[in-house]
Amino acid sequence: MRRYFGRKLLIYGLTFFVAVTVNWMIPRFMPGDPIASMVARANVTNAQAVEAMRAYYSNLFGLDQPLWQQYVNFWGALAHGDFGISIWLFPTPVTDVITQAVPYTLALIIPSVLLSWVVGNRFGAYAARRKLLDNTVLPVGYVLTAMPYMWLAVLLAWGFGVLLGWFPVAGGYSFSMRPNWSWTFVLDLLHHWALPFLSLFLVALGGWAIGMRNMIIYELESDYSSYLSALGAPSRLIRRYAFRNAVLPQITGLALQLGVLVAGALVTEIVFAYPGLGSLILKAIQNKDFFLLQGTFLFIVLGVLIANFIIDIVYVVVDPRTRAGMAGAQA
Amino acid sequence: MRNRARILIPLVAAGLLAAGCTGGGSTPTPPASQPQSSQGAVTNPDQLPRNETLYTTGTQWGPPPNFNPIREWDSAVGTKGLVYETLFHYDTTAAKLSPWLAASGAWTDDTTYEVKLRPGIKWSDGQPFTAKDVAFSFELGKMETIPYHHLWNWLKSVEATDDQTVKFTFSTANYQQWDFMLYSRSIVPEHIWKGRSEKEVLDGTNENPVGTGSYKFLSKDQDRVVLQRRDDWWGKTTLGMEPKPRYIVDIATPSNEVAMGMLLQKGLDLSNNFLPGVANLVQGNFGLTTYYNEPPYMLSANTAWLVPNTTKKPMDDPAFRKALAASVDVKKIVEGVYGNLVKAASPTGLLPQWDKYVDQSVVSSSGFTFDAAKAKKLLAEAGYKDGDGDGYVENKDGSKISLSLIVPSGWTDWMESARSISASAKTVGIQITPDFPDFNALVERRAKGDFDLLINNERQLSNSPYTYYEYMFQLPIQKQQNTVNFARYENKKAWDLVEQLDQVKTDDTAGMQKIISELQQIHLDDMPIIPLWYNGLWAQSSTSVWKNWPSAEGGAPKTGAVMWRNWLELGGFETLTQLQPSGS
Repeated sequence: MRRYFGRKLLIYGLTFFVAVTVNWMIPRFMPGDPIASMVARANVTNAQAVEAMRAYYSNLFGLDQPLWQQYVNFWGALAHGDFGISIWLFPTPVTDVITQAVPYTLALIIPSVLLSWVVGNRFGAYAARRKLLDNTVLPVGYVLTAMPYMWLAVLLAWGFGVLLGWFPVAGGYSFSMRPNWSWTFVLDLLHHWALPFLSLFLVALGGWAIGMRNMIIYELESDYSSYLSALGAPSRLIRRYAFRNAVLPQITGLALQLGVLVAGALVTEIVFAYPGLGSLILKAIQNKDFFLLQGTFLFIVLGVLIANFIIDIVYVVVDPRTRAGMAGAQA
Repeated sequence: MRNRARILIPLVAAGLLAAGCTGGGSTPTPPASQPQSSQGAVTNPDQLPRNETLYTTGTQWGPPPNFNPIREWDSAVGTKGLVYETLFHYDTTAAKLSPWLAASGAWTDDTTYEVKLRPGIKWSDGQPFTAKDVAFSFELGKMETIPYHHLWNWLKSVEATDDQTVKFTFSTANYQQWDFMLYSRSIVPEHIWKGRSEKEVLDGTNENPVGTGSYKFLSKDQDRVVLQRRDDWWGKTTLGMEPKPRYIVDIATPSNEVAMGMLLQKGLDLSNNFLPGVANLVQGNFGLTTYYNEPPYMLSANTAWLVPNTTKKPMDDPAFRKALAASVDVKKIVEGVYGNLVKAASPTGLLPQWDKYVDQSVVSSSGFTFDAAKAKKLLAEAGYKDGDGDGYVENKDGSKISLSLIVPSGWTDWMESARSISASAKTVGIQITPDFPDFNALVERRAKGDFDLLINNERQLSNSPYTYYEYMFQLPIQKQQNTVNFARYENKKAWDLVEQLDQVKTDDTAGMQKIISELQQIHLDDMPIIPLWYNGLWAQSSTSVWKNWPSAEGGAPKTGAVMWRNWLELGGFETLTQLQPSGS
């Protein structure tokens, strides 16, 4: 058991190191100089003043040092939990920017991922081998899963937001409100959350439902199912065992899909002008904000790795065979 | 398992339904709560009453980063203009300064300017506003990284002679620039800012700003700032003015599409975004208005220029630049790309507000218009011929001409315009390929002079065409040209004239016209930069909650409806005082 997790942790550590390094490198090799555009935005006409500002900011952000030194500084600062200062939202620290955005993103991603997975699995399992449901769930599922997040989001925003006017098209809560602990405010939050959530939920739902339906059919045709039914076991019991076996690949699938889901959430946030990490990343790229980009990506990498690790643990818990395998390895 | 599933599915469905219903159900709530909250003298700022709140967008694209009035380019909306104020405002219609914090200002001799302040003005913390604050604010410019540092190259001293009087003594009196300073620089309170280091002054976020202005910041979040009116603002009695909205919520929309959606949902009152196709909405019955209800719909805010890099062949040849100017079919861009939302520029490029400075005799003798035949003739006369028969002319030495025109990727209107310019240049035989680098990459190439052609519109309307000629002719050329003279055009005589223009008093219209006429002659003869069209002061307003928006018609206000930074002093604030609730 310890060896299993030790190896896993080592792999996660390596992944983390590589991901963070790549993420440090990419913005620095993009064309364009963030300080130049920052100074250009300042609209300072005087040549002397421009030079003074340039020198000052290059020094402030440590961009006047050699690249290797910047890289070492970066890990050093990271060890202190210091993500630096945002160039685009100067002089706000990146940590502040991210902590304000993260709750919105998590509130979208966690429920939509978990709910779509649970509901999709149940629904797929229920639909398998039931002619009427199968004939509806399957095509609907395919249509949903093939839909790009962004496109469904735009459709929902246009239909329910602009045409019907049931839901707002922008913001995390009404522009007429200030955050406070009241039911009106909580309802308002939910009201703004509903459409982005729905678009993420629906797209993911289709994929899980189809996957589960196929797995169940496969399991129902396997030997142990035939044996059980030959013994005269009730079909409900057979289905229960089939579900237990079919859910395992779905858990692996969840781990694999996480990255895609997070990316989808980011795009959806932009469509709904939802104040999460998505819009931040877009703007950080546009403004060559190295530090904000690093911070947000680091956060996402960490999040996905942690989620994967949790799934690994869950896998051990739900599948007795892995435990048996580990015991064997230890012996 | 099936039992659990049976329970779970309806539960989830019910949950979703509930979410949907609360959503649908709560939409009418905000309007329903209006009457209650607006009647009481004390309003609950947790829920802003719709009929007293103005929703704006189009300035800010992300979280409000700071409230520092020295950072005129990225401070939160309203920092300068609503919270901090300037000595003067500039009236773009009457083309004159209007006293604001100052009661009056005058040149007592050729190099001394004296400002008398209005009495009885208080900072929002209750301290009196005095001449010392003004002197202090201008002296901040002595710090090297402060944007108006160069003022101290020609300003000798600033002195508060008594509580209400400030005396500025100049080594060189640059009258034109000085007027610009008077309405552009925020006055900050000495008692709070004294002792701040250069780093704090330039980079401080300045949370909880203390200003003299009519609003204070109530709250901020990722996607908005909320401003609340100060009912003890000095201007209410002294100027007899009051901005009508009790609250202003400025929203950071991530894209113009979102702004358009919110405008149609009536969740926005003023959008300062460029919304393509808004002409159809204004014509249709959507409750949207713009300044004109016919083309060009908007007031003009700045000129879009085609900038040739005059250090490269063949753009170093005035004859080639003139041929290029004559080859661009601006009318096609105005109609095809913009749907008539913009206006073709005059050959001088001066905004319509500066018409009186355009020397018509110079324009009629040396001006240019779109004329493909003439462009071809100019090219042929100057010796640019198509020797190899590929349909494009070559350099005089026979080498190929292949120019690239860069505009920022994602600026769809400019990208289309670049394609159009390329197509019309093709008909006269100039090969131009549009190229769309990332904005930052473009800024860097522009600064280094690593480009052939680009489009730029960074100079805005101001008190004087001086700012435009400074933009065209400023010398010396630096290694990095960050804000002006991207064309790297060197003409000593022109720059001397611009500096002379700066030293003409701003009420001496004839004196200004004389120098400007000479500058126009040089501009049109040498064509260092080619005016294309006037970009609009994009302003779409909804009449569902607020009415009496600025309009060309009858008794409507003539100021701009705009929240952009540095525009509140140019009439944006006055517009707020003219609004009326639609309900009344």
